[in-house]
Amino acid sequence: MRYLWVLFSWLILLQPLLLAAPPVLTSVIPGKVLKFPDDHGAHPDFRIEWWYVTGWLTTSAGDPLGFQITFFRLATQADEDNPSNFAPHQLIIAHAALSDPKVGKLLHDQRIVRAGFDLAYAKTGNADVKLDDWFFTRAADGHYHTRIETENFTLNFTLTPTQPLMLQGDNGFSRKGPQAAQASYYYSEPHLQVSGTINHLEKNIPVTGTAWLDREWSSEYLATDAAGWDWASANLDDGSALMAFQIRGKDGSKVWAYATLRDPSGQTRSFTPDQVSFTPIRTWRSSHTQAVYPVATRIRTGETEWQITPLMDDQELDSRSSTRAVYWEGAVTFRRDGESVGKGYMELTGYVQPLTM
Amino acid sequence: MTSGLLTRWLLKGEWHSHRLQSVVAVLAIMFGVALGFTIHLINSAAVTEFSAATRSLSGTSDLTVRALRPTFDEALYPRLARHEGIAQASPLLEITAGVPAKAKTMHNPVLKILGLDIFRAASITPDLLGISTEDNPMDALADDAVFLSPAAMQWLAVKQGDSITVSAGTKQITLRVAGGLARAHPGQRIAVMDIGAAQWRFDQIGQLSRIELKLQPGVNHRAFRKVLEEELGRAYLLTESQDDDARAHNMSRAYRVNLNILALVALFTGAFLIFSGQVLSTIRRRSQLALLRVLGMTRRQLLCQLLLESGLLGVAGSLSGLALGYLLATIALHHLGADLGAGFFPGLEPSLHLEPAAAVFYFVLGTGVTMLGSLLPAWEAAHAHPAPALKSGSEYTVLAALHAPRLAVICLLTGIVFAGLPPVYDLPVFGYLATVLLLIGSIVALPYLCGLSFSALLRRLNPGKANVLYALAVTRLSNASGLAAIALGGILVSFSLMVAMAIMVTSFRVSVDNWLAQVLPADLYLHPTIHQDMRGLTTDEQQMLASLPDVARIDFIRSIPITLDPTRPDVTLLARPVDRDNPGSVIPLIESALPSDSIPSDTVPIWVSEAMVDLYGFEVGKQVMLPIADPSQLFIVAGVWRDYGRMFGAIQMQLSDYRRLTGDDHISDAALWVTTEATTGAVISALQALPFSNPLEIMETGRVRAVALRQFDRSFAVTYLLELVAIGVGLMGVAASFSAQTLTRIREFGILRHIGLGKRQIHRMLTLEGGLLAGFGVITGFILGTGISLILIFIVNPQSFHWTMQLHLPWGWLILMALAVLGAATLTAFIASRRAASGNVIRAVREDW
Repeated sequence: MRYLWVLFSWLILLQPLLLAAPPVLTSVIPGKVLKFPDDHGAHPDFRIEWWYVTGWLTTSAGDPLGFQITFFRLATQADEDNPSNFAPHQLIIAHAALSDPKVGKLLHDQRIVRAGFDLAYAKTGNADVKLDDWFFTRAADGHYHTRIETENFTLNFTLTPTQPLMLQGDNGFSRKGPQAAQASYYYSEPHLQVSGTINHLEKNIPVTGTAWLDREWSSEYLATDAAGWDWASANLDDGSALMAFQIRGKDGSKVWAYATLRDPSGQTRSFTPDQVSFTPIRTWRSSHTQAVYPVATRIRTGETEWQITPLMDDQELDSRSSTRAVYWEGAVTFRRDGESVGKGYMELTGYVQPLTM
Repeated sequence: MTSGLLTRWLLKGEWHSHRLQSVVAVLAIMFGVALGFTIHLINSAAVTEFSAATRSLSGTSDLTVRALRPTFDEALYPRLARHEGIAQASPLLEITAGVPAKAKTMHNPVLKILGLDIFRAASITPDLLGISTEDNPMDALADDAVFLSPAAMQWLAVKQGDSITVSAGTKQITLRVAGGLARAHPGQRIAVMDIGAAQWRFDQIGQLSRIELKLQPGVNHRAFRKVLEEELGRAYLLTESQDDDARAHNMSRAYRVNLNILALVALFTGAFLIFSGQVLSTIRRRSQLALLRVLGMTRRQLLCQLLLESGLLGVAGSLSGLALGYLLATIALHHLGADLGAGFFPGLEPSLHLEPAAAVFYFVLGTGVTMLGSLLPAWEAAHAHPAPALKSGSEYTVLAALHAPRLAVICLLTGIVFAGLPPVYDLPVFGYLATVLLLIGSIVALPYLCGLSFSALLRRLNPGKANVLYALAVTRLSNASGLAAIALGGILVSFSLMVAMAIMVTSFRVSVDNWLAQVLPADLYLHPTIHQDMRGLTTDEQQMLASLPDVARIDFIRSIPITLDPTRPDVTLLARPVDRDNPGSVIPLIESALPSDSIPSDTVPIWVSEAMVDLYGFEVGKQVMLPIADPSQLFIVAGVWRDYGRMFGAIQMQLSDYRRLTGDDHISDAALWVTTEATTGAVISALQALPFSNPLEIMETGRVRAVALRQFDRSFAVTYLLELVAIGVGLMGVAASFSAQTLTRIREFGILRHIGLGKRQIHRMLTLEGGLLAGFGVITGFILGTGISLILIFIVNPQSFHWTMQLHLPWGWLILMALAVLGAATLTAFIASRRAASGNVIRAVREDW
């Protein structure tokens, strides 16, 4: 459930001509059993898919940093009959961001290209995504390796799993709206142990940390009255993992919501839309886009209340020049009853303008 | 009295009394400056526009990779994208599509469609990105969408949401106009679409035209280019934007230089008129100037005064020339296009820029030439001894100073020697110098020639029988040939140039006509909407053509542009069935070709146009590499042929060789011979009934020839105009010299009146004199013009356009021109002499100081 739903909805709208061979897409149905490692790899028959890593890092000097590395795969409406190697059947999009309170604003970069010529691809069978020299791969033993080099910073990480996969929704079938078709396949891999180096402010810095991987693929789109969504996940200090999201209507109301909490023993508790709520505590106005984001938020899951506070306010990612999306994606601290219980990431979309579906 | 006031007085007096003389001088300078400035303005606008347009297609690219052939295998793209030192590689497929809707109204209606990958192009050529509408943001990737530059929209008369139909060979493709471009170069007609869609819809799967490279920061461009050049081998070319500039300059250079030379000739004529005017003026005012000297004016002051007189005329002429030049350039650009109808820069609409540096240059040139023209007479007048100069009859000492027999001989001889020298930087510099030297030499030699001829005439005159007026005229001309020669100079210069141009153009036109007959032996020709269509006709379509009834023979021709040198315009490669043992049957060879048994078996024969020999050194028997094939193949030049169609060079080879080497079995043109029992019309109908006939142009040979000749005439439109201007300037010269001359002879006429000649008789005598003089000028001009035309035909043309031609004299036209000039000159003399004969007899004789 990421910003690319926007792009995705454009694609759906686009029915320009009677294609000789329009791409046939698979829909998301309940009851499908996810199979690994195949489902780590790409699902080109689905409209959209992502590998989404967010996490907290600690430098060798002990300073906290937040990072986000995302790879999207997007199937377009391009005619299947077009034999050209340049035919834009699949697009690969990547976003990378680094949050450093010392810099005070989000450092980020984004790329979008068509898959092809082995320069950019999302392979099936296991996670193996590449966009020029940016890549995200999963080894047979479950380790992930990623490297992102931008003009401002370089991220070079190995992610080591410490916990089993966390299938969201109903065994990976995750509803996104009141209608059954509005759904995706969705699993997460929390508590990934990060080790590697970053090159930041012209220094190579060894880092360690904890990350969260979100994997989601779907062919359907959001409810027509959806305006945006709020999403958060946390690797809690006790080994628990929490994920919560809500989809907002154009009037700001809650269209759909969902949350899961898995305790260290593997015991999972899911929360229905009426059990989950997001309430702003403090807002921040972006000087870049004039959007107002609830950067500090209270999330209620059942009887528990989580207070979310950002690592820094300006974690807005403005990619209007390339992929047209503006959203807030930032490192946050989770508190329960005023006490820090874990660290995670929060995403706030649809605050610049209502997303036209 | 202050000297300033005196200067003004003198100037005013002189100009006032000789308005026509001044006006003609000003006009001549004006024409010369205007012509040169016009050509400069038009060409610099065209070249600037061409470079800017080419540059905008490359954006901020550091290096462009292209092949010698129009397209190459896309496998190079990932190789370069991953290459060390390259930050970004943007692949492009350039399609030259035809616009069938425009085929009726224009020749070769080409729309350039760029297939690009928006994601790769965004950072290198952001200006070329299509602007999608808010509702259809993915149009940039759609396979039916095309984005048009404003000029293209205007040309096609479409707006966003409309459809356009373009052709690729026999295929018609309808595209939706999805929007405009981010920032198209003004006037540039281009279209942009997705590269995958372009490859598919235009049958160019797997092909790219070029790859734009952005190097990583810190990479040494020159070193990198060298490394990459070695790595890619000779089949690929690496170019930077300055190469495109050189290409644009080379494209129009020969044409431009030729026109500039014509401008210089006009200036030269102007200078000559100034010179003759000044000579006459100093003769006329000899006693007046001497008086000024006696009254205390220094030599220096007098020299300055005289130079100022003509200098101011030069300033006026140059300034009005600049204005006229700008006006002419605007008109010519609007009506004839940036190449003055020669067809080098299609799809461009250059705008004129006022260039101060160029304006100053042409101003200084115009004024300088004027000053130079008046320097000699002014110097002589200032240095004449005042005492003898005050006396009557001293005029002719001026003319004596102008006698320079050695100069004439030197000029003529050097001119002849120069005519034999090779070109400099591909330009016939010595050929033009020879022309100028011959002109100068002839003018300097004119008094002698004139004297000699009329003395001969005088000797043969029977004083008893001859008409007294005729006798007077001939005697006068034979004895005062120096003065007559000055009037003659204008006619000589303009008429000889006219003759030279007429002979050259006729020779060229007849040669082209003969050549067309040779290269168009078939009855019918067909090709898609545009020439050198990338797709052309497929093998199936060729099969259908070949199996048409009533077709006795059909030749298929593949024509593609290839780049052998990135700084030169493309060379045309023509592949067609050629009989190795008798290539002359389809190729207009100019000398005997290499016999087929002396072609080594490991080489492939090619027959090249004359331009290939001059530009690339492809001499008969030479083995060359043409990297059109992979692996590369050795070719041998088996013959040289004449080509008036492609001045940048063309190569012919056997179609079978071409297909074997390139695997390209499409064709661009077909030539059909109709069987004797069938009619051409029946075959045309059969062709039009073919399913793919719609975007095909089917032309009967007669029409092809007519179209070609029309194009020829169009490209010589400017030359015709210049001829008229030259004649105008020449006639004005005659008028000016005659009226000036008759004034200097006022005393002579007075005496003639006293001894009994009537006004009308003097009048007739002068007219007769004018006629005789013009006749002599026409004859000399004809001889000189023929000589110059020989230089133009056999030296200048082969050296600048790289083609040879045969000499053809347009007798009828030449006689007509001669009579016209003779008539006009006589009429001019008639009008000018009216004034001379009308003066007061008594006063005229007394007019002695």
